[in-house]
Amino acid sequence: MRVSLFIACYNDMMFPETGRAVVRVLERLGHTVDFPLGQTCCGQMHYNTGYQAEAVPLLERFVAQFRDAEAVVVPSSSCVAMMREHYPLMAGELAAKEPKHSALAREVESLLPRVWEFSEFITQKLGIEDVGATFPHRVTYHASCHGLRSLGLGEGPMKLLKAVKGIDLVPLAGLEQCCGFGGTFAIKNAAVSSAMLSEKTTAILNTRAEVCTACDNSCLMHLQGALHRQRTGVRTLHLAEILACRAGETQ
Amino acid sequence: MNRWLDPATAPPFPMAASAALEDAQLRKNVRHATDVIQAKRARVVGELPEWQQLREAGRAIREHTMFYLATYLEQFEQNCARAGGIVHWARDAEEARRIVVQLVAEAEQRHCAEALASGKAEPPAAEVIKIKSMTTEEIQLNRALEEAGVRAYETDLAELILQLGGDPPSHIVVPALHKNRQQVREIFRRTMNLPELGETPEDLAEAARLFLRERFLRVKTGISGANFLIAETGGVAIVESEGNGRMCLTLPETLITIAGIDKVVPRFADLEVLLQLLPRSATGERMNPYNSLWTGIHADDGPREFHVVLLDNGRTSVLKDEKGRQTLHCIRCGACQNACPVYRQTGGHSYGSVYAGPIGAILTPQLMQMRHGESLPYASSLCGACYEVCPVKINIPEVLIHLRSRIVQRKNAGMRAMSNPEGLAMSAMGAVFRSERRFRAAQRLARLGQLPLVSKDGAGEGWISWLPAPLAGWTAVRDLKQIPKQSFREWWLQRSKKEVSNEKH
Repeated sequence: MRVSLFIACYNDMMFPETGRAVVRVLERLGHTVDFPLGQTCCGQMHYNTGYQAEAVPLLERFVAQFRDAEAVVVPSSSCVAMMREHYPLMAGELAAKEPKHSALAREVESLLPRVWEFSEFITQKLGIEDVGATFPHRVTYHASCHGLRSLGLGEGPMKLLKAVKGIDLVPLAGLEQCCGFGGTFAIKNAAVSSAMLSEKTTAILNTRAEVCTACDNSCLMHLQGALHRQRTGVRTLHLAEILACRAGETQ
Repeated sequence: MNRWLDPATAPPFPMAASAALEDAQLRKNVRHATDVIQAKRARVVGELPEWQQLREAGRAIREHTMFYLATYLEQFEQNCARAGGIVHWARDAEEARRIVVQLVAEAEQRHCAEALASGKAEPPAAEVIKIKSMTTEEIQLNRALEEAGVRAYETDLAELILQLGGDPPSHIVVPALHKNRQQVREIFRRTMNLPELGETPEDLAEAARLFLRERFLRVKTGISGANFLIAETGGVAIVESEGNGRMCLTLPETLITIAGIDKVVPRFADLEVLLQLLPRSATGERMNPYNSLWTGIHADDGPREFHVVLLDNGRTSVLKDEKGRQTLHCIRCGACQNACPVYRQTGGHSYGSVYAGPIGAILTPQLMQMRHGESLPYASSLCGACYEVCPVKINIPEVLIHLRSRIVQRKNAGMRAMSNPEGLAMSAMGAVFRSERRFRAAQRLARLGQLPLVSKDGAGEGWISWLPAPLAGWTAVRDLKQIPKQSFREWWLQRSKKEVSNEKH
């Protein structure tokens, strides 16, 4: 299958290793990956902070970049949630205001079923649980809110992790509880965000895991920030980076 | 803590929350109470395989009601009047207070005249008994009664604790959730003059019972809230756990019920759905211990005079907003407060309104017609836990985002846009994301710009531990990893070039 990668703006700049891992996993599974260079951002930050007009050109850009894709894979559940929950609304509102936008609404409708979050693509579209990874470390999985509630990823990511050779997978208490990131929330309500974060890092430390993983680098950036500040030695890795590891390779 | 929560004068949420976070006892109490209620709720919701269908039915009832609200309110008024009740309409809090104070004064005159006629030595004092009503808290009724020389006694146990302790409610169902048993004992010891009072639940309940029973039997005017107004019958429904509400509804000679206009439901049969959803969501019970339904007045039983004050106080303005409207579907179960990770840390007072938590974050600013409570729609990480538990499926995150956009639109109106730094930053980033060239340039610029802030850790990795305002909140407790030397797209381009050159060779 020809898979088009939407990397997400912050992954592109801050977490390129996640993108590289996604490419490795997908190519290993026998798929061709392409990366449309005109892609930037899905518009979530603007939309959720209340600057919805600024998000419209980003929706149009996404559609323009990916309209012909066979499958779009996104290693960020919150971006996929943005697309599934808000793109149809945005396009519908545009079309209601100006009929010339009805084509956009139709394109959104046709494109969205081809958009997959990374773990969802592997477990649901490809129907694979064992991607042939080896990762001999103690790992705990953080379910990001968007993955958990908006996408309903359910057991998918855990199934992928359970199939990893050598992994010592430990459940995280309070799995359904938000880590406190919430985009601009972490800035606007920094004190409350820190309090939420502290509960989450305590839960992570209680697992005695070496690595905390998730399907969202936004949560992981938040968790990593505190885990590093507290010198806990716990690392954060996107799920794709664990799945990319093979026997004999270092990570 | 001020006895009244007033969104017009409350500090912004982040400021109030920072103060609340320092109160270790409060946080412990809130965490414990919300954990307990959530576990109970999960258990009884799990018993119903048709829970999602019930939620959908509840949503449909509420949506339909709001669509035809005027019709159902008029129907309620007619049927209530037919059964002997008297309906009053209050545009805002001030008008509602005036109506109630007037009704209480008239009732008192009547009760005095009757006492005189029956030859009683002492005419009844100017006092009322109240059963839990967040609506009367919303309109600060007790203050108006006090100013009119009327003593109000709260009879819901939690509200009584708050009244005696001089504390505002912090939760719409469990208003004293932020107090633990020892704190309650201290309040009772001090205010009821019971130095020997023990701290078992039985001790505390007995003290409250003795304190209240005497008032139930003496006071002749009752004031209540309402869970539902039934248009079809003109009846009113209240659910509660202690039976104190039942006392207030049946013993007084005059009963005054105050309800927001959003409390109406079309048919008696709608309670079949709503009375399954409400107790399970609110207190984790299959059914409330006391379900009181009454319609008008009856010659030989209950109050001889019955008034209903229907309160607007901003609700019709909420109805006007197509996206915000679903806020009025709320049936006041408080499940969103218990599920909210923000409320869990701060408790309810930080929201500066009797409506705290996620529902308060969308209801308060709308009731205030966006003139106050503007920090509240941002008091959420948009985690969606509130939406997941809402028994009538109010999409709270969606409404939060909508209200944020209304705030931004106002801030950006006219020349004010220039003085809104967040707006300027958002426009700049919008421009960056609209062009791949600018996006790449911005990536390079950020990589350079970070350099003065980066320092190496023991493992030789670069980290940022200090950022200037407004990002300082991040680095107060978190580091930020250095932006790597190569972006993903740079790696991709490099790889593509290599592949091309490999093919050539």
